[in-house]
Parts: sequence; C-alpha cells; structure tokens
Amino acid sequence: MIRLAGILIGLFFVGCVLLWSFVPGVATVLGQGSFVEPTAEHEFHRDPKHVSFQHDGAFGTWDIGQLQRGFKVYKEVCSACHSLKLVSFRNLAQLGYSEGQVKAEAASWQVPGVDPVTGEAASRPAAPTDYFPSPYPNDVAARAANNNAIPPDLSLITKARHHGPAYVYSLLTGYQPPEPELLAEFPDAAPGEGLYHNPYFANLNIAMAPPLAADGQVEFDDGTVSTVDQMAKDVAAFLTWTAEPTLVKRKQTGWPVLGFLLFATVLAWFAKRSVWASAKPSKRHD
Amino acid sequence: MSFPWARHYQPVNPVMRFFDEKLPLPRFVYNAVGAGYPVPRNLNYFWNFGVLAGFCLVLQIVTGVVLAMHYASNANVAFESVEHIMRDVNWGWLMRYAHANGASFFFVVIYIHIARGMFYSSYKAPREMIWLIGVVIFLLLMATAFMGYVLPWGQMSFWGAKVITGLFSAIPLVGEPLQIWLLGGYAPDNAALNRFFSLHFLLPFVIAGCVILHIWALHIPGSSNPTGIEVKDESDTVPFHPYYTAKDGFGLGVFLLIYLAVVFFGPNMLGHPDNYIPANPLSTPAHIVPEWYFWPFYAILRAFTGDLTIPFLGVALLPAKLLGVLAMFAAILVWFFLPWLDRSPVRSGHYRPLFRKFFWFGLLPCMALLFYCGGAPAEEPYVMLSQLATAYYFAHFLVILPIVSSIEKPEPLPFSITEAVLGHGANDKEVVKGEYAEPVAV
Repeated sequence: MIRLAGILIGLFFVGCVLLWSFVPGVATVLGQGSFVEPTAEHEFHRDPKHVSFQHDGAFGTWDIGQLQRGFKVYKEVCSACHSLKLVSFRNLAQLGYSEGQVKAEAASWQVPGVDPVTGEAASRPAAPTDYFPSPYPNDVAARAANNNAIPPDLSLITKARHHGPAYVYSLLTGYQPPEPELLAEFPDAAPGEGLYHNPYFANLNIAMAPPLAADGQVEFDDGTVSTVDQMAKDVAAFLTWTAEPTLVKRKQTGWPVLGFLLFATVLAWFAKRSVWASAKPSKRHD
Repeated sequence: MSFPWARHYQPVNPVMRFFDEKLPLPRFVYNAVGAGYPVPRNLNYFWNFGVLAGFCLVLQIVTGVVLAMHYASNANVAFESVEHIMRDVNWGWLMRYAHANGASFFFVVIYIHIARGMFYSSYKAPREMIWLIGVVIFLLLMATAFMGYVLPWGQMSFWGAKVITGLFSAIPLVGEPLQIWLLGGYAPDNAALNRFFSLHFLLPFVIAGCVILHIWALHIPGSSNPTGIEVKDESDTVPFHPYYTAKDGFGLGVFLLIYLAVVFFGPNMLGHPDNYIPANPLSTPAHIVPEWYFWPFYAILRAFTGDLTIPFLGVALLPAKLLGVLAMFAAILVWFFLPWLDRSPVRSGHYRPLFRKFFWFGLLPCMALLFYCGGAPAEEPYVMLSQLATAYYFAHFLVILPIVSSIEKPEPLPFSITEAVLGHGANDKEVVKGEYAEPVAV
C-alpha cells in the first residue's frame, strides 16, 4: 500500500516537472534558438583582470608601503564620495604609523560634533577613536550629488564582490569607450547621460566618473611612480586591508595550528594502528 | 539491550565507585561510547561520520555561544556587530569563521552520513527508528542553519529570509497570513531577526536532545556494518573503546585538518560576497541563492516553472510555486518512508547489483547535478538540467527503489562478519562455500 502510494506520488512529481515544466522550457529554447536571450551584459561583461598582491596566498603578508600609498589614494581621491565607516583612525597604526602620526592624521579630518558652549551641531577635528567620516550627511545628499547612484561604503568592498581586490583594480583601470560591436548589436547599451562605459561593471555603465584620470594624480611619499595602474593596485590592496585587517594574522595563525594538527593526526594514526594490531580476528568457532 | 558478551562496568577507583553508586553516569558513558558497547569489527571509515557530526554540533554550540556574547540581534546594528566581532573582539574573527565554516562542514559530514545510510540501507529493520530520528535531526539542522544565515543581516540574509518565508505564502488560503505571522511583519525586519536569533540559539539544544534519542535507538540493535549481516557472536565485535575511539580519533584529526585549512586560508570560499553588503530592502540582488548546502533542494523548488493545468481547457489545478514548494518538502519527507519503500531482504549495497548501479550512476550524479543547478542562476540550460535531475530524484526513491528492490537477485552474503573480515581464508574455504547468512526479513 505504502509502495503503491509512493509510486503514484513519484509519478505525479515526475510527470509535473517533465510535462508541464521541462517540455515548455525545451519549446522556448528551441523557439529562440539559444539557451538565453542574448543581452549586452551576457556578451560584453568581463571577468576581473588577473592581478597579484603580496598578501595573496597562504604565506601572504602586508606590503606596508603599498597600504600607505593606497591609503593616500583613498584620502585624496575616493574619500570625496565614498565613506569608510567600519575603519577608525586608530586602526591606521597597523599601517606602520606612530601614535603621533595617527593623532595628526585624525586631526586633519573633520567629523560631526557639537559646539561645547552652545550645544549646536558643529564639526570638530577627529580623534584616533573616531571612524572615518562620511562625505555626505545622508543618502539623499549622496544620490543628489552622484547622478542618482549612492557611492557604496568601501570598508568591505573587496569582500562584497567576487574576486574583490582584482575587481576594484579592474574597475578603476577598465574605463574605455564602448566597443563598436556592442553598440551595433545593442544600441541601448550606450552609456546614458552622466554614465561611463566600463566592461568590468555588472551592467556595463557606471555612474562613477573615471576617478584615476591621469598618471601622477596622487603624489606618493615613497617616490613610487604613480601611474594609474599603480594607484589602482595600491588602493585595491588598501581596501583589502580595510575589509579584513586580520587577514595576515589569520594566515600566520593557520600554519602552526595545521602543523600541530598534522603531528597529532600522525600520532592518532599510529595509535589506531597499534590498537587494531591486537584485534587480529580470531578463528570462527562454530 | 546489548549483546550478552558486552563488558560490564567495574569501577576500580574508589571515587568512581562512589559516583557510580549514587549516580551511574560513568556506567552510562561506559556503555554508550566505552568498552561496554560491542561494535561490529568491520566498520569502514564511512562509520566515522556519526561521531564527526556529534563533534560538529558541539563545535557549533561552543563557538555560537561565544559569538552570541558579542552579537546584537537588532536590525539597525546586527551587521555592524558582526563586523565588530571580526575587527575588535579578540579572536572574534576566528570564532566567526569557525562557526560559519563549521556549519558548512557540519553539512558535508551529515550528507556523507546520510549517503552512507542509504548505500548500506542502514534504515532497514530493526533500525528504522534511528533513521526516522535522523531525518528529524536533518530537518532541524536545516532550520537552524537557515536562521543562522539570516543573523549577519547582509543582503543574502535578508533576501534569503524573504524567499524562504515567502514559500509559505504559496499555501492556499492561509499562506499570506501565515507568512506575516512567521515574520512578525510584512517583510523580514527587526521582529523576524529577533525571533530567528532566539530560535537559532534554542534549536541546537533540541538537536542535541534528538541526538541522544538517535544514539539511544542505535544502542538497541547495535551498529550496522558494511556487510549488512547481523552480529552472530563475540568474534564479530570489538569493544567501542579502545578500537573505535582510536579510529574516530584519527578520523577527527583528518577532518580538523581539512576544516581548519578552510577556516584559516579560505574562510569566505563557501559564502556569498553579497552577504558583506548590509541588508537593503530596496535593492534586490541579481541572483538570490541560499548557502551551498541548500542548493539541491533550492534546485528542486525552482524546477517547477509551469502551472499544472488541464491541456486545451486552460483550467489551472496547481500553480507552479505551490508545486515547487510541495516538491521541495516532499524531497526530504520521502526519506521518512525509505525503510518501507525498499523491500530488499539484503541491506548492504555491496550485495545488491542493481541497487548499487542506480545508487552510483543514478542518485549520486543526480544529487551532483542538483547541487550545481541550485547554485547557478535561474536560466537555461540550468533550469532544464534541474528539471531532469528532479524527475530522476523522485523516480529514484518512489519508483525505482521499490521496483528494483523487489526484482533484483542479491549476491550471496558471507556467513558472518568475521568471515567477511578474514576473507576466504585457507582453512575456512571448504567449510564456508555455499554456506550463506540468512537475509533479513523486511
């Protein structure tokens, strides 16, 4: 009885999915001649470029000089529109700055506060315990200033995109005029008013104007030549750090842990072998 | 409850003797996972996964309790509180990565444990109750994992919660009010987040209770084994301790090596980047996907794209969404009936030629395909592939399994577990030939 009911229920689901879902699906695919309706994103979106960093891989470490350069790019370029809400000035100590330098850096940023006498809204220089201030007072202001697109917070951006650091690098260096083939096939894909073509962006047209426009835009303190490529790479490295300041500590903790475990597991293997050696099956007594 | 030759606890240490007289807890442990539990001597490494699953549960409870000390289940600050754990709590990043990946590895272990049960038909009499409790544990585990994924309140948390609770709205008549009641509102918000946190903290202890029942039920008939034949005498068994504690210890080491390699070197590998974007009810992600361990069932849910209608009349009987929801729940509920759908008198897949072929070349590829399609975007050819795999899935359990198990001719079984371990030894060969174990009656 239970098996008969089972077979009937099974045939019901099999029939439903094959006859009412699969067959119409096949008909649609045959009718349209391809699996998916071709879209501009499908055909012209590109995966991030390959780029490597010192923090990559299981033995990766921070390139402190690069993080400092990247911070300068964020400060002089990105911070005009993008917030960094989850990072505080005290965290900069991890980038090799002294306590005094962190204090001075914080003091060069203005954060919202209150007037100590009147209690009215005012701004004050930041302290190391403050977080990086947002460039806009609210989302409406952010939208209004950026062609109706809110510039995302950058704290976690390299973890919030597939292949994050490579994505940031590719996006920053990927601005180009739309290919003629793209415009021939999809005239609607041409960037609209205030939009810029970028094949590394999900829908190909991004509201952010090319932020790194020319070589030498940011002057690096360590004498590194600031090509657009270099600046993009450095800021991508910096944003990897903001997304996971504990990344290198994590990898460095991993090795001793795995090393110990490997040792313990080998011991456990020998223990198992010696325990089971005494369990040679005795002959069946029948 | 146990075999007559099971060893009895005899406390030597006076403290233990004192304890055992007042509260026989040492005796209980001794009989459960100590030398007092005789286990078939021929268990292979697939039998490690029960202990590993127990370890995962403890790991999740320990890391979870620590995380709950720092997490704030309020929609305004939940996302930031998780980042606070990652950045400012000492070793908080390790706790969170261990917990998030611990969930993934819990499911890896559970899926292997379930697949082992299916291949060796561990669900057959007299072990039906162990299997039934196991399916309940799996359902509780899915609910717990789903609610846990909502807690960081990222984009996938929010939209995952919206899609999964939206499934209840497919139920005719009561669906919409039911969804609103479950969420405590019209969309996932603070009320939903708070109750999910509360339940996410509660359910693991319910699971722990079910695990105790699972093991209790296991100790009545004792463990099954790769030959599927019953224990005949003492030579077929070894005491759990030290034999299987040693073997499980080694298995645990291998498991920890793989699990911690992921925790330390690829902790975001199994997650979705969108969950590092704070929840935004106004912006729908391009592809909403649950965590990887739900992909097969998500694929079944999405496979039903057409309403069930009477052809040419256009009378709609069941909408596609309801069909998908029914199929998704049926896909797991069907496991409850396995002990009665499978009629074969032989347990182990090793001695069931036809069953074995359908398992390796039917069920496993079908599951792999469902995994793949569930994580892929809802477009062709993935939808068509998931439809074929869904059809096979239901056909396998509800049509193929009952028929195959009644028509196939099982291969001869070894006489005993001991003989299976020794192989056809020189002395035994003549005696044993043609002398087979009795198949079980189902």
